[in-house]
Amino acid sequence: MTDNRMAIRQVELEVLRYNPETDQEPKLQKFTVPCVNEWCVLDALNYLKDNLDPTLAYRWSCHMQVCGSCGMMINGEPKLACKAMLRDYSGVIRVEPLSHFPIERDLVAVADDFMAKLKRVKPYLIPGEKRTLADGEYKQTPAQLERYKKYAMCINCMLCYAACPEYGLTPKFIGPGAISLAHRYNQDSRDGGRDERQEEIATSEGVWECTFVGACSDVCPKHVDPASALQQVKVASTVDWYLEHFMSWVKK
Amino acid sequence: METIQADVAIIGAGGAGLRAAIALAEADPKLRIALVSKVYPMRSHTCAAEGGAAGVIKPDDSMEQHFEDTVGGGDWLCDQDAVDYHIHEAPKELLQLEHWGCPWNREADGSVAVRPFGGMKIQRTWFAADKSGFHILHTLFQTSLQFPNITRYDEFFATDLLVDDGRCQGFTAIEMRSGQMRAFRAGAVIIAGGGASRMFPFNTNGAIKTGDGMAMAYRVGAALKDMEFVQYHPTGLPNTGTLLTEACRGEGGVLYNKDNYRFLQDYGMGPETPVGKPELKTMELGPRDRVSQSIWHEIQKGRAVKTPWGDCVWLDLRHMGEKKINERLPFVRDICISYLGIDPVKEMVPIRPVVHYMMGGIHTNTKATTSVPGLFAAGECACVSINGANRLGSNSLVEILVFGHRAALSALEFAKSVAPGNDAALTAQADASQAKIRALFLRTPGKESIAGLRKEMTDTMEEGCGIYRTQEGMEKTCAKLSELRRRYADVALHDKTNVYNTDLLSALELGSMLDCAEAVAMSGRERHESRGAHQRMDYPERDDSKYLRHSMAYYNGLEPPRIDYLDVVITTSPPGVRDYSGAKK
Repeated sequence: MTDNRMAIRQVELEVLRYNPETDQEPKLQKFTVPCVNEWCVLDALNYLKDNLDPTLAYRWSCHMQVCGSCGMMINGEPKLACKAMLRDYSGVIRVEPLSHFPIERDLVAVADDFMAKLKRVKPYLIPGEKRTLADGEYKQTPAQLERYKKYAMCINCMLCYAACPEYGLTPKFIGPGAISLAHRYNQDSRDGGRDERQEEIATSEGVWECTFVGACSDVCPKHVDPASALQQVKVASTVDWYLEHFMSWVKK
Repeated sequence: METIQADVAIIGAGGAGLRAAIALAEADPKLRIALVSKVYPMRSHTCAAEGGAAGVIKPDDSMEQHFEDTVGGGDWLCDQDAVDYHIHEAPKELLQLEHWGCPWNREADGSVAVRPFGGMKIQRTWFAADKSGFHILHTLFQTSLQFPNITRYDEFFATDLLVDDGRCQGFTAIEMRSGQMRAFRAGAVIIAGGGASRMFPFNTNGAIKTGDGMAMAYRVGAALKDMEFVQYHPTGLPNTGTLLTEACRGEGGVLYNKDNYRFLQDYGMGPETPVGKPELKTMELGPRDRVSQSIWHEIQKGRAVKTPWGDCVWLDLRHMGEKKINERLPFVRDICISYLGIDPVKEMVPIRPVVHYMMGGIHTNTKATTSVPGLFAAGECACVSINGANRLGSNSLVEILVFGHRAALSALEFAKSVAPGNDAALTAQADASQAKIRALFLRTPGKESIAGLRKEMTDTMEEGCGIYRTQEGMEKTCAKLSELRRRYADVALHDKTNVYNTDLLSALELGSMLDCAEAVAMSGRERHESRGAHQRMDYPERDDSKYLRHSMAYYNGLEPPRIDYLDVVITTSPPGVRDYSGAKK
């Protein structure tokens, strides 16, 4: 096992700096960071913070692509810093906070809007059939699990919001992550809350704002494929509309 | 300072904190619940747990067997009344999660599936592929969103508990966005702040796991119990320390030394079982302490695999095939490829033991009550003693639920019984807490750096408190930690601004870790026996005559903690021999 994974390489980082207390506007600051080849961008930032500039602010925790803290723009693309491997980059690496969100400080984006939207779509099980613990589990076959499992993989990292041109233009758009999560529960065989959620997501601020660019699915680090969720919600909502207007006696 | 009034306030919004919040909200829709965390709930480290959660549900299983596995796995340092409560509540809590939408893996008939896990004689680990903790956390977080009386304070960093009139009545916390300090007042406080494994250099834990909750309780007089018991998980990636779940072995993965020999059979965990047909509670399904210790011995004997990241052994999953790996261990595959450039479908993965979990923590009883009235604790930060000297994998994801729930019920009862506190006294305490932070801002940077002290701390913890320990090694570590705690008083901030000041938070986290680390080293130094995860070269045997007792570390200012002992609760299972040889019945 000898190769160049452990080789040291000087990496030029251009990091967006902004402190609302002291800065009029954001600026890029250059650092040269000695990095091990096998590192990810997060490792480089951690080295920078520990050795070059302890004032740099960014979020991180798990370093294993599951807590969703370290989403940022890396060379203009939304990425998890713990998943952006230095081996995939050459030249200067530009690191900025996620696009389309206000900057709290440096690489920290304000997450309020996303958190509010998440809550709004009722991302929790609204049981179709009430069961008590004494009744035991809801039966759910592997095939039924498969219907929604992909959409349950969202780590709330907000990369899809940073990638979505519609969200950039129309901040009221509920956006890919939250709609996918609503869809996740809509597709769950145990759930009966679809109508309640459709009121939120099958609206002009919901799926009809989406122009199916598909950028959300391209950047998703967990292959949730929000674009497919949005299209499925659109189709379901269209069917609902026809049923309501032309076949109102049919139960949805 | 702005004061926020709640009936019950919770520090930490991972699995235990969220479970507690939901239980409180369900118990009383009028209750004001403050859920305070230094990160957004979804970032909590519960998300990184992979393998699953143990609960008796299948007809071939029994409470007695879960009890026996847990108590023996913990080398009889478990409190058996706590284990009994834990195992009986476990299936209910896991079922409750199922009702809240947790995507548990299923059998063909739609019932919940279980998988084998280390040290468990029967398959009883509920799982959601290899992202069980992630799904549990998100299910709880999302479920919590429907309760209007849970008010979240995300990215608030708790600093000090307010204790007056002999009871805990709140705490101070820094709102990270503004840098302003807030006083939370509550009839009862629950700490669910997680573990502290970041005190070690090589660990599976997220950056946030710095023992803040443990340290806060410790500083107001709560005992830290059994802190010397630090779990090394056998299978960490050798470079990043990233966890490769025990389910790798549960699903059939095997361990080899450099000679392609399944060495576990040499350490009382044999005879060898057929590759790909794991047998419960033996060989690769031995308990974590034993498996990690065996790897340590192989390294000493020169039978390790040399890698750029140090001495390792092999984890081989290849015989499982791509389909099963993708179905059962997709995350493991992703992680190996990302960080090591190795695809476990095609190659063996080098692994080495990595610090993973603190068995010790804030001393609690089966009601999640601490020794400080009004203060309750649950999850990894607590030590209710279900894990004893060695936790079995898949017991802790249940512990957060069972004792998160229990802490809520106890806290609710307590909060309803108390009268309003003394306003002036509590205000004075909050002001004193704020003054400490101000002093940190006013100090001029000298020669001590946060990163520098942290490195010295993690290095000395690895040297003195690793898998095998000696009196001399721990003496050195204790002395070093004592020195570091004094030097910590000279740490100053480079960042003197308010908004999202992570320089400040790093300084506070370092303080928490140093306090906890000293409790680990001192408790270890005083325990002259080998038990579970605490293995001494100089005292290789378990000594029930002297140490069938919990160590209790009490905060003592800048001096090392005072160590006392508390008897283990034994109900039905007297100390016996831990037997992981599959040949015997």
